[in-house]
Amino acid sequence: MEISLTINGMLKTVDVGDENTPLLWIVRDLLNLKGTKFGCGKAACGACTLLVDDEAVRSCSYPVKFVEGKKVTTIEGLGDRENPHPVQQAWIEEIVPQCGYCQPGFMMATAALLNKVPNPTDEDIDNNIINVCRCGTYYRMRKAIHRAAKLQAEINTNETKEI
Amino acid sequence: MGDKSSGAKKVSRRKFLVRGGLGTIGVLAIGTYIFRNAIRREILGTVNSLEMPYTDNTDQPMVWFEVTSENNIVLHSPKMEMGQGTFTGIAQMAADELSVSMQQIQVVHAASSTGNVDSFATGGSTSISGLWQPLRELSAMLRMMLLKEASQKLNIDVTQLQIDDGVISGTGKSLTYAQVAEGVKNWEVPDTPKLKSLKEYKYVGKPIARVDLDAKVFGDPIFGMDAQMPDMLYGAIVRPTKIGSIFVSADIATAENMPGVIKIVVEEDFVGVVAKSMLEAENAKNAINVTWDSYKDLNTEAITKIITVGNGKSTIIQKNGDSLNEEGDLVRLEFRTPIGAHAQIEPNGVVASVDGDSAIVKISTQVVGITRKEVAKRLGLDTDKVNIIPTYLGGGFGRRLHTPHAVQAAVMSKAVGKPVKYFFSRKEEFQHDMFRPPTHHVIKGELNTDGLLHGLEHEFVSGDVGNNSALIPNFLPPIIGADVGAIRGGFIQYSGIPNFRAVYWHVDLPFATSWWRSLGLLANTFAMESFMDEMALKANKNAVEFRLQQIADDAIGVRLKNVIKAAAEKANYSEEITNGRAMGFAASIDANTPCAQVAEVSIIDNEIIVHKVTVSLDPGLAVNPDQIRAQCEGCVIMGMSAVLYEQMFVEDGELTPTIYGPYQMALMKNAPKEIDVVLLQGKDTPGAVGEPPLGPIGAAIANAVRRLTGERLTELPLKLSKLTL
Repeated sequence: MEISLTINGMLKTVDVGDENTPLLWIVRDLLNLKGTKFGCGKAACGACTLLVDDEAVRSCSYPVKFVEGKKVTTIEGLGDRENPHPVQQAWIEEIVPQCGYCQPGFMMATAALLNKVPNPTDEDIDNNIINVCRCGTYYRMRKAIHRAAKLQAEINTNETKEI
Repeated sequence: MGDKSSGAKKVSRRKFLVRGGLGTIGVLAIGTYIFRNAIRREILGTVNSLEMPYTDNTDQPMVWFEVTSENNIVLHSPKMEMGQGTFTGIAQMAADELSVSMQQIQVVHAASSTGNVDSFATGGSTSISGLWQPLRELSAMLRMMLLKEASQKLNIDVTQLQIDDGVISGTGKSLTYAQVAEGVKNWEVPDTPKLKSLKEYKYVGKPIARVDLDAKVFGDPIFGMDAQMPDMLYGAIVRPTKIGSIFVSADIATAENMPGVIKIVVEEDFVGVVAKSMLEAENAKNAINVTWDSYKDLNTEAITKIITVGNGKSTIIQKNGDSLNEEGDLVRLEFRTPIGAHAQIEPNGVVASVDGDSAIVKISTQVVGITRKEVAKRLGLDTDKVNIIPTYLGGGFGRRLHTPHAVQAAVMSKAVGKPVKYFFSRKEEFQHDMFRPPTHHVIKGELNTDGLLHGLEHEFVSGDVGNNSALIPNFLPPIIGADVGAIRGGFIQYSGIPNFRAVYWHVDLPFATSWWRSLGLLANTFAMESFMDEMALKANKNAVEFRLQQIADDAIGVRLKNVIKAAAEKANYSEEITNGRAMGFAASIDANTPCAQVAEVSIIDNEIIVHKVTVSLDPGLAVNPDQIRAQCEGCVIMGMSAVLYEQMFVEDGELTPTIYGPYQMALMKNAPKEIDVVLLQGKDTPGAVGEPPLGPIGAAIANAVRRLTGERLTELPLKLSKLTL
């Protein structure tokens, strides 16, 4: 089966085989974007979190057929070294990652949270950021999430001024 | 012990070789850092304070550095990066002694074909402390070689030359390291030069950002799970769900004809599928009907019964003064800890390519040397025909000290003549983990008339940690009589007590247990420091004062006292309950690094909530204070996860649960909102960091709960009893 989607801003048509194949494997193995991670295959850990139309989705348990015509964003499309997303910039400034394996999932979940709640409280963070990190970087992640909210607000303010 | 660990011999001059290349040079060196003879008394007497020196492969020269044509240095690390920050620390050490900037150093995992294979492992909190001396010496030697060569090329005396960020200059002329190295056939190899003083270092001692930060923030494909090879196929292996299962036979008729299947590989000890895609391999695997022999219908109660002090064989691992007077006014408490899973987020994965008489294996492993040896043995190849290419580890924690899946992937690759990628499902990760063993502790103590301990005795039983591990030579356990991993943290650290004894009991479990970050420390310290708190309460003394009064003034004792004082002071330790919050105190020594913690805890909706943890750690010289803080924060959270939530069960012969969630772990909402870290420097060389802060957290939380509720919790995971609720 062929699926058309916008992946990190590029329109692509992919022969996905079985339409129920989890989106994760299409992204990792067919589109060769390895930043989205396999952790559990049961939507229990969040390592595979990416954005579908700006909503956080656990892609290991999300059939690829549901992304037809939609916009998929992975960590590679969130930002890059030249233009990091505020979440990535905050992660760098707080030196969050340890082993780093779960971090793309957390950053994508955070980007989705900030879209909805631009200035999240600790409670918002507790309720929405529910991925698993084994190294225990939650303490720095919380600081980075608050910092990302500030960075994003600054960008928004600057954009408003330019108009 | 600091003087002993730095007593490693200097790099031998004759063995420092240089290999030329196109625009790069590889510096090869044989270090002579040899693990001290493991003599029973020494190990038993010092296991709490032992620092392992770096141990390498002394047969062959090893590539440590390459100088690239862009004037950068590639450092081939024999230690793996699994989150602990080792790459950053060793880059700082090398940059300073090589006189280059941090940006000029690129750290890569040494492939086993370069010879730079660690003969131990990445583990035991040994990487920075073990490489501190040899890596700086190697770096300084390379610097001197480049300087001497530059002196000849520029015709300027060495004393007139200076080095700045890899550029050697003097009297108006200059050459980059790359220009100096170009075309050189015969290098003059100096004696190991004098190292720079700490004051001259620009990077060592500074909170430098992780060198792998960008790769990990922008999603680079750096992990074992991301590894690929051309024309790669996918493997799957049928694994039993019952403990103790032995493979007998497999009905593969259906699976053989399923879509995408290339071959079903039936070996003596396993059956695997090779298919065109991962999902096709999984589907075919599920269609194979395997007969297993002799599984055991076990349950958690049966395991608990085995893990009971008095079972098995005992070894006295520490003794001072007389035995306890059993007729006296003894306090006796028992403690239990459960089976723990590693639960690292990256499943074990590997890509193997076996072609003719050689093999290439890309894998996240903590034991490059053992992985290489096992693959070579199974394939009947010499070890130098097997190249292990290590990747970044998506968490190690001891889980990747065992890599039989590398062998299985290599066997499957050989069977189909193409590279095969294989990785565990999450269920397989949980059921085929090499678990943290369950433990049982009986602790007895007796106070004297001054309210101090007259005698203290710790008896404990644990499943294997170091025993039956490829890392520990088979001859060692019978000599030592105790498991070097299980006894970590099991010693009495209050050396001022006149009479004490620690006794280890060894039993065999029907499933594999092994190294889990900090080994016995987490369980042993939970038990010991909970007991100390109970004795302080009985003596009607402040928990901090009670501890300080019973530590002798030897080197490690002084350092332990200092971290205890520092944690208490920083946290404003108080035994009053304020706003429903109580503080709990605990301390430990692991691998010669003392640590103390204060946990601030309340009970909300019948749940134990940890609001703040203050950590005081004396790791010796802090090469990167920021990464040491990160390790403390991580240990606090991983530790509280283990002591508040985590537990594996055995039901009908199966290890369970098999997924996150049911295997409950700390999430963002559970993590303390504040973690305050104080670093002390009680010795002038770097010590262990990655595990010691896991010691105190369990007892610190339990001791706070004791002060809130009056109840002494003696089992992990900590659960409030119905009485309390």
